[in-house]
Amino acid sequence: MKRSITRLLMAPSVIMLLVWMIIPLSMTIYFSTIRYNLLYPGQNNFVGWMNFEFFITDPGFIPAVSNTLILLLSVLIITVVLGVMLSALIDKPFFGQGIVRVLLISPFFIMPTVNALIWKNMMMNPVYGIFAWISESLGFEPIDWLSSYPLMSVIIMVSWQWLPFAILVFVTALQSQDTEQKEAAQMDGATGWHIFRYLTIPHLARPIAVVVMIETIFLLAVFAEIFVSTGGGPGYDSTNLAYLIYNQALLQYDVGVASAGGLFAVLLANIVAFFLIRAVGKNLTV
Amino acid sequence: MSYLAITELQKHYDNYHALRGINLSITEGEFVVFVGPSGCGKSTLLRTIAGLESSTGGTIELDGRDITELASSKRDLAMVFQSYALYPHMTVADNLSFALRLAKVSDAEIQEKVRSVSASLQLDALLERKPKELSGGQRQRVAIGRAIVRQPKVFLFDEPLSNLDAALRVQMRLELARLHKKLGTTMIYVTHDQVEAMTLADRVVILNAGQIEQVGTPLELYRQPNSRFVAEFIGTPKMNLIAANKLVRHEDSLAIDLLGQNIMFPVNRLKGPLPESVIVGIRPEHMTLVDQGGDISGRIELVEHLGSEAYAHIQLSSDQTIIVKAPARSELKDGQEVSINIDVSEVILFNESDRVISVIPEEA
Repeated sequence: MKRSITRLLMAPSVIMLLVWMIIPLSMTIYFSTIRYNLLYPGQNNFVGWMNFEFFITDPGFIPAVSNTLILLLSVLIITVVLGVMLSALIDKPFFGQGIVRVLLISPFFIMPTVNALIWKNMMMNPVYGIFAWISESLGFEPIDWLSSYPLMSVIIMVSWQWLPFAILVFVTALQSQDTEQKEAAQMDGATGWHIFRYLTIPHLARPIAVVVMIETIFLLAVFAEIFVSTGGGPGYDSTNLAYLIYNQALLQYDVGVASAGGLFAVLLANIVAFFLIRAVGKNLTV
Repeated sequence: MSYLAITELQKHYDNYHALRGINLSITEGEFVVFVGPSGCGKSTLLRTIAGLESSTGGTIELDGRDITELASSKRDLAMVFQSYALYPHMTVADNLSFALRLAKVSDAEIQEKVRSVSASLQLDALLERKPKELSGGQRQRVAIGRAIVRQPKVFLFDEPLSNLDAALRVQMRLELARLHKKLGTTMIYVTHDQVEAMTLADRVVILNAGQIEQVGTPLELYRQPNSRFVAEFIGTPKMNLIAANKLVRHEDSLAIDLLGQNIMFPVNRLKGPLPESVIVGIRPEHMTLVDQGGDISGRIELVEHLGSEAYAHIQLSSDQTIIVKAPARSELKDGQEVSINIDVSEVILFNESDRVISVIPEEA
């Protein structure tokens, strides 16, 4: 009796959430099995696996998948390693600690499009960018980052955006580290490095796992930075899956192939999440 | 020759003077307990000895070596913390061997030491467990084992038993006493619990407001406190203090007017000049309840029956309440009028500035 009432009361929200998820998913599945090109309206016949075949044999497919994974892993490594080091560095009280923390965290509040514009026009521009000015004043040729190292430029931008998130999580985690444990280690003859290696890193295992998981979700779908800065180019050098799908759907007007790509992206995300979370969970959680 | 010598030790925080010139010398193998109310500086003193706080004046010498400015890792001391401070992601064995591994001791030696320490603390079966899988008492033993395994010159304990429940605390107290007997290493122990201090210590150091109030064996402190602070701090229930201002000096005794009744205090037990008025200190166990004809009288306000004994809270005619120890099964009732006999030989007198002006004779 009591159970059925609770179920009844919960039903609306459960149904709502289910519908919320099911409708877009089933529509995507449906679109991926029909011919659906906006340039040829009305010819929406069933084509089976053909859209998937088109997507996978697209010349942009292999680069897009590898770019997605390279982008994901590089940004994860950069943000976690730098994040741990920086937060350990600013954990001890020093003059201006509050301001330094705010400055370190503020890039997170800048929206991705603006972030990409800043890097594109102020930092990496070969004529009036700061990097160009630095290399010129040191007597080197300025580098055109966006066309010479497109994927690396995107990695730099996205890392700059996500490093604050990692720092935010790690700084709070470090504050919960027991000072008596550190003092005990000190009495046991541990140096600062020993304490960092044997106490702080294991203490940060869970926060690192959390950062890796959350960043993975967002980094698989990086789009704005690429769209604003390199436009996926030159060629497919900085195209990732999200950008390739956009390319199919809105530049080639092929909703069917784009839907197939979307489903492939869901698959890829699950595979990555499976391996990553298992690896992180196994090696790092206490 | 003192093993650990502390001279004129000072500790200033930004606007707080925590240690005001501590002088203390500890001989090798002694069990010394620092005790005092919260904020008296006992933990600060221990942490300064450990090197976790830097001193702002004075010196600390250990075994003839000045360690005042030395890093805590180089002082050859081991500390047991109140929260145990075990390394949470390491097994018990790794916790025990952490210091040895850092010191690059050979594997065989590490194994041998961990084995002998875990055997003596009954940790053999727990070596592969993580701290969170242990009970409070087991964690405490691991923390002690981690200190023992290094064979330091001095053990420092920072309120190690305060996180345990009452029964376990008594048991661990006993184990610590045994451990000290077995190892014979110098131990310094901080507590706010005077029972721990009395039962464990060879010598007790009573601290008050950043200064040493008195140092002595537990019995010395109990029988011959230097000041009213020590007298009130040591002993449960607290010593009763009654003000008296009519003093008449006779040839070999001093008549003290206690609420209209004279008690005769032997003159040979007085030291120093006789003040205008005194405070009479009597412990609850040095008074007895009689039906009538006692030294003072009052009305029972409340009786606490503890089983082995009872404590009667008695309201005197001056409205002051004192505590008197009574036999366990006494038929005392609330509101009853009683008369109290005072054992004059155990009475302690204080002057207006709370210093003691009486001595306890040696033979007593």
